[in-house]
Amino acid sequence: MGGYYVVLALRSSARSKALTALVIVLLGFGVAACMVSYAVFRATTSDPLPAKSSHLYIPQIDNVGAAYNDQGEPIETLSYIDAMALWRARKASRLTLLYATTWQVESGNPLIPAMSLGGDAVTADFFSMFDVPFRFGGGWTADDDAQRATVAVISRHLNETLFAGQNSVGREIRLDGQLFRIGGVLEDWNPRPRFFDAGSHGTVYAFDDAGDIYIPFTRATDMKKDSTFVYCPTASRQSDTSHWDAYLHSECDRIDAWVELATPVDVDRYREYLRNYAGEQQSLGRFSWAPNIRLRSLTDWLPYWQISPSTSTLSMLVSASFLLIVLVNVVGLMLARFMRRAPEIGIRRALGASRSAIYRQFLTEAATMGFVGGLLGVALTLLGVWGAGGLFEPNIARLVHADTSLIALTVLLAMTATVVSALYPTWRASQTQPAWQIKIN
Amino acid sequence: MALSRTFMQLRPIVAALGRHKVATLLIVLQVALTLAVASNALFIVATRIVHLSRPTGTDEAHIFVIRNGWKMGQNAAQIDANIRADLDTLRHVAGVRDAFSSQGFPLAGYNANIITRLKLEPDQKTRAQLATFFASDEHTIDTLGISLVAGRNFRPDEITAIGPNDKMSPPGIIVTRSLADKLFPDGSALGKTIYLPDGPAAIIGILASLQGPLKHSSPLDGYTVLVPTHYLDPAGAVYLVRTDSTTMKPVIAATLKALQERSGVRIIDPKEGVFTMAQERERAYADDRSLAVLMSILSGLLLLATAGGIVGLSSFWVSQRRRQIGIRRSLGATTGDILGYFHTENLLIVSGGIVLGALLAFFANLSLMHVYELPRMPLYVPLLGALLLWLLGQLAVWGPARYAAKVPPVVAIRTE
Repeated sequence: MGGYYVVLALRSSARSKALTALVIVLLGFGVAACMVSYAVFRATTSDPLPAKSSHLYIPQIDNVGAAYNDQGEPIETLSYIDAMALWRARKASRLTLLYATTWQVESGNPLIPAMSLGGDAVTADFFSMFDVPFRFGGGWTADDDAQRATVAVISRHLNETLFAGQNSVGREIRLDGQLFRIGGVLEDWNPRPRFFDAGSHGTVYAFDDAGDIYIPFTRATDMKKDSTFVYCPTASRQSDTSHWDAYLHSECDRIDAWVELATPVDVDRYREYLRNYAGEQQSLGRFSWAPNIRLRSLTDWLPYWQISPSTSTLSMLVSASFLLIVLVNVVGLMLARFMRRAPEIGIRRALGASRSAIYRQFLTEAATMGFVGGLLGVALTLLGVWGAGGLFEPNIARLVHADTSLIALTVLLAMTATVVSALYPTWRASQTQPAWQIKIN
Repeated sequence: MALSRTFMQLRPIVAALGRHKVATLLIVLQVALTLAVASNALFIVATRIVHLSRPTGTDEAHIFVIRNGWKMGQNAAQIDANIRADLDTLRHVAGVRDAFSSQGFPLAGYNANIITRLKLEPDQKTRAQLATFFASDEHTIDTLGISLVAGRNFRPDEITAIGPNDKMSPPGIIVTRSLADKLFPDGSALGKTIYLPDGPAAIIGILASLQGPLKHSSPLDGYTVLVPTHYLDPAGAVYLVRTDSTTMKPVIAATLKALQERSGVRIIDPKEGVFTMAQERERAYADDRSLAVLMSILSGLLLLATAGGIVGLSSFWVSQRRRQIGIRRSLGATTGDILGYFHTENLLIVSGGIVLGALLAFFANLSLMHVYELPRMPLYVPLLGALLLWLLGQLAVWGPARYAAKVPPVVAIRTE
């Protein structure tokens, strides 16, 4: 029976070509606009670490007060003082301190010119906490951290450049003139967004590629390496930055901190610890404000910091409205289409078709049109995803892609939307009085 | 005459619409939603275009930038010598008009060492005036293509050299006119002494205009200070170069070749180390441009969809009313009357949608203001949108109405 209704639908479409074409084109564009926006939205808001994002937490401690914090919210990074306090307290099962910075890199090969490359100064737990994959070797130990070891982990890309992709573990590179032993080479690892050092790398650069070099946090601090992005209260050099030691112990916020907490109880306990710590600093006179701390999980943190560009959320919003308007439109057009067929309905009813049969016929017809509209939508979506390359910044555009799920979703959305908008017109059609229609007028 | 006849039809039109409540309501709803969405989207486009066209006040078409990193282990004196030697080299490259070194450049975006605070008294308790600054020398004004409206340029002997941790207290500085007027509203800024965080400085010159390195509009816009110094950041320096012609490629190549001579002291990233101001503008506002283009495309589609819907429903109504139209025609109605009927009907429906849509537009704007940093939408935006929709409605109904007007009177007596 369903097949017969589909044939009926196609036949009636052939009779009112213009109206049918209009509905299908509208649907195609409406659905495609939504899907392209969704593809961009999906690319910019995806969870960079789905397996762990709900167990990784970012401790924030307000060390600058209401005058300089972010409208009441603590700055996203910690000062060195607070970061070290958390480090020494060891209240979480795992803790990583890190900051983004750059080095001048030289290898033994004189043919390769010196390069300035970015990366992070991290503590030993970094690699296991963020599931960083290794190609050769591995990270380093807490011992290496304590001894300020000159050990480095490099990216696969840098390994290709310097060592032609060979296993380079145990070989040496020069960072800022100091010799480092290579302890590990990463696999391709490029989480999007670059969440792990967003604060010290700069949240506006969240879609940059991950860096090429990782060395122990303690060693980098010894080398007086500063973070790429530093928030100093007022930026007026109120803090004395003239000497490294004074700068290190100033109120400049520049270190990203992460703790891994397994259970809600652990989270509450850690939050309590942070509050007590801030309270302690208040009673010591360092903070002249009540404890202002946050402990957000990675999952909560991404939308909070609005890392995803406003472009993608805004276009999602407008596209959804566009689809809504298209649907209102389709309701009207379907109504016209079905009402025009009143005589046909009358005859079918008079010949014994039940109301539910009319329902089935017209909803099948709607679904058929939705399917065709969906196919057009798929074509337009592919076109749009391809065109997104020219519209968005390159580092976002290359994340946008179409896949089977997107295509299936497009067709499904088109069919659902059409059937929903055909509900009222179908109800009206089923109310047709057979006697009225078969009477010769 | 024709108009008054049209308006005499208002009562029957409203009565007829009453018989098509749902279809009428659908068009009203559609027009309302279209107005609400399109006016907000186009308003967003307008705010972004303001970003795109934000001027830097410089001769962007002739300027390119070199991000020059220093090799490790050079002390301040060496870096100072490097900068002097480099500037001398740069200024002698064929096709280069002038060059200077700084710690920032227009459209670079936020950076920790571009902001300074100015006070009128050394012990001023009120909030200091924030401003952005460029490390400059006597070639800065010519290189950027900006102009002095009062006072004088720096003299070569006034140019000092400071590192990121040194105190910045030059004897004289040059400020933009908007900053001068902000500090001294009576217009007496020239020659006055103001206080930088590290000491006093006299205003020796006033510039017509110059944007700081920030790329988005901010309260600091136009408040820019030129500080006569070479900035000895061990990480690197920025060279701004102004060329004679807009064909910059050969000049850039020649410049890099000239700098190659002392390549041992520097690192210039082959990909991102050199760029023109035009490229920087493109990059700085890529996000704004893509949003503007996207919103424009969507708004255009939206209007087309609405027009399509009106055409579809109007044609349906026309075909439904063929008999009535035939009867009216045979009773003496002219084709003009029939045309007028449908156009008036459309005007009524669209107007209903516009009233509802204007309300929706304002509520949408209010809630968008909370989520995104958007200003309040001025009244003329939905008004323009309304005009557009009225026009669009009239255009959309024109085809079906003409078709209706062609219905011959004989239809009235013909049985189908």
